[in-house]
Amino acid sequence: MKHPGMTNKVYNISNNVFNWSEVNFKRASEIIKKYPNSRQQSAVIPLLDLAQRQNSGWLSKTAIEKVAETLSMSYIRVLEVATFYSMFNLEPVGENFVQICRTTPCWLRGSDKLVKIAQDVSNSKLGETSNDKKFTIVEVECLGACCNAPMVQINDDYYEDLDEDNFRKILIDLKNNKSIKKGSQIGRQTSHPKRGDDA
Amino acid sequence: MLREEDKIFKNLYGFDDWSLKGAKQREVWSNTKEIIEKGSDFIVEEIKSSQLRGRGGAGFPAGLKWSFMPKDSGKPHYLVVNADESEPGTCKDREIMRNDPHLLLEGCLVAGFAMHANACYIYIRGEYYSEASNLQKAIDEAYANNLIGKNACGTNWDYDIYLHRGAGAYICGEETALLESLEGKKGQPRLKPPFPAGAGLYGCPTTVTNVETIAVAPTIIRRGASWFNSLGRENNTGTKIFSISGHVNNPCNVEEEMGIGLKELIETHAGGVIGGWDNLLAVIPGGASVPLIPKSICDSVKMDFDSLKEVQSGLGTAAVIVMNKSTDIVDAICRLSHFYKHESCGQCTPCREGTGWMFRMMEKMVKGNAEVNDIDKLLDVTKQIEGHTICALGDAAAWPIQGLMRHFRSEVERRIKENRISEVA
Repeated sequence: MKHPGMTNKVYNISNNVFNWSEVNFKRASEIIKKYPNSRQQSAVIPLLDLAQRQNSGWLSKTAIEKVAETLSMSYIRVLEVATFYSMFNLEPVGENFVQICRTTPCWLRGSDKLVKIAQDVSNSKLGETSNDKKFTIVEVECLGACCNAPMVQINDDYYEDLDEDNFRKILIDLKNNKSIKKGSQIGRQTSHPKRGDDA
Repeated sequence: MLREEDKIFKNLYGFDDWSLKGAKQREVWSNTKEIIEKGSDFIVEEIKSSQLRGRGGAGFPAGLKWSFMPKDSGKPHYLVVNADESEPGTCKDREIMRNDPHLLLEGCLVAGFAMHANACYIYIRGEYYSEASNLQKAIDEAYANNLIGKNACGTNWDYDIYLHRGAGAYICGEETALLESLEGKKGQPRLKPPFPAGAGLYGCPTTVTNVETIAVAPTIIRRGASWFNSLGRENNTGTKIFSISGHVNNPCNVEEEMGIGLKELIETHAGGVIGGWDNLLAVIPGGASVPLIPKSICDSVKMDFDSLKEVQSGLGTAAVIVMNKSTDIVDAICRLSHFYKHESCGQCTPCREGTGWMFRMMEKMVKGNAEVNDIDKLLDVTKQIEGHTICALGDAAAWPIQGLMRHFRSEVERRIKENRISEVA
């Protein structure tokens, strides 16, 4: 399973600099206040997340160093957290980070077909970024929306109750910079048993 | 079938307003001050006599767990809510957090007060972004209305609730791994003892509890333990959210009475098995970690902790994964083996090496590219992993394979023999 969040290598770009934006520096200070005095290490996951958002969806070496500096932690302690958790990408990713759930409940309802469509529309292989930098397609383990299977996560949002047609349409719309609808694609209210089309 | 008035989660699907205004109409936060003024001993006793068992998978008696917290340790006490919902098949806490977050927050105050805690951390899995966003808005509303914070609800009890987002690791649903993660480290489980009630978060007394367990607590106290334990049966009381996924016509989350028949659950709420009940092959009744049960058991089994234990499975998180006869059952379990290989934290050798080995062996079993005595070798390895690791992930990786071989060994053997014949040909 190739995935930019599951590599242990730090991707190096020469002359890369990472500094907190003004608003993120304020946010970081607010986050640190959630934890008791001298326990600021607790903020390492939220701060890595903040840094990743500022850095177009992935963590560079300098971003990890900045988080270490902000929390007075050694670089290796932050790096081991960044490599342990799958949501931290250590390589650049495309504009749309498409995570397709592959675990049994989604697979039973056809997640395999989604993988083929995603590769087809983005014209890229699993775990790689498309040439136009629009997509990075990865397979992931259970995302916890099993009653709305099969589903994918694109950046922060879930897209649920997918089939070949509506998933293809979502990806084509993203490719053409059109806005897409979050959540259930068949008009279902969250995980209510009634399908939208026969409600 | 559970009566409408006995449902605890009145906005499970989010048809109504999830914000404070809507929650108050559903009686959330209606008499929190009164509940707290009854005292912490009363709350713990009431939860004990309701016989509520933890909803996160292990089914440990909740009141007993809460009573382990010391009365006067001289250190801060913490309540940590486990919202790292990642067990394949399970998606119930998500609905609570996005559709009725105040129910959870009220529970945090009541349970936290009962444990002498002044602070609560809710550890939510990182992927639940919009759920975390709703929950944070609800926390802000609760602070603004003085329901939490200094002198919460006018009870003279100071109580803070903080939301902490994880970053994608199944293992952080294990309570001590969760604490490690909350302290800013890799999520690798701790050796027990010491148990969290003695030395948990930052070395202080801590109780880690599932979202659903906390969210039902205020309603139990409001309506009385005797109401709760009148539902279900002895030791398996109350209501439970079931997540029904896989090959059913209408997959859904639904709150039902404990001990409902599996067949009734699937047919009444999920529109039945695709292709009809006779097209059923097997069900995983409690999330990926519990052994599957074949149709013959599904016909009559009841959905509660003890009934499922009797058939060598478990209620777990009550995530019902339904598989009909179109399923490649060996591949379905192989996928779960891949899941555990991927999610092993790497700390204990039997699990780190064993989950990978079991997955590779299961891959061979899918194609039949193995020897018949490999089945026993595989089962032997599952036995050697089970019980020999710090946390239960090793056990959870072993059980689905044991369940498969217990009920579908002949199918695996058939594949091996057919593969042998085609090789010879």
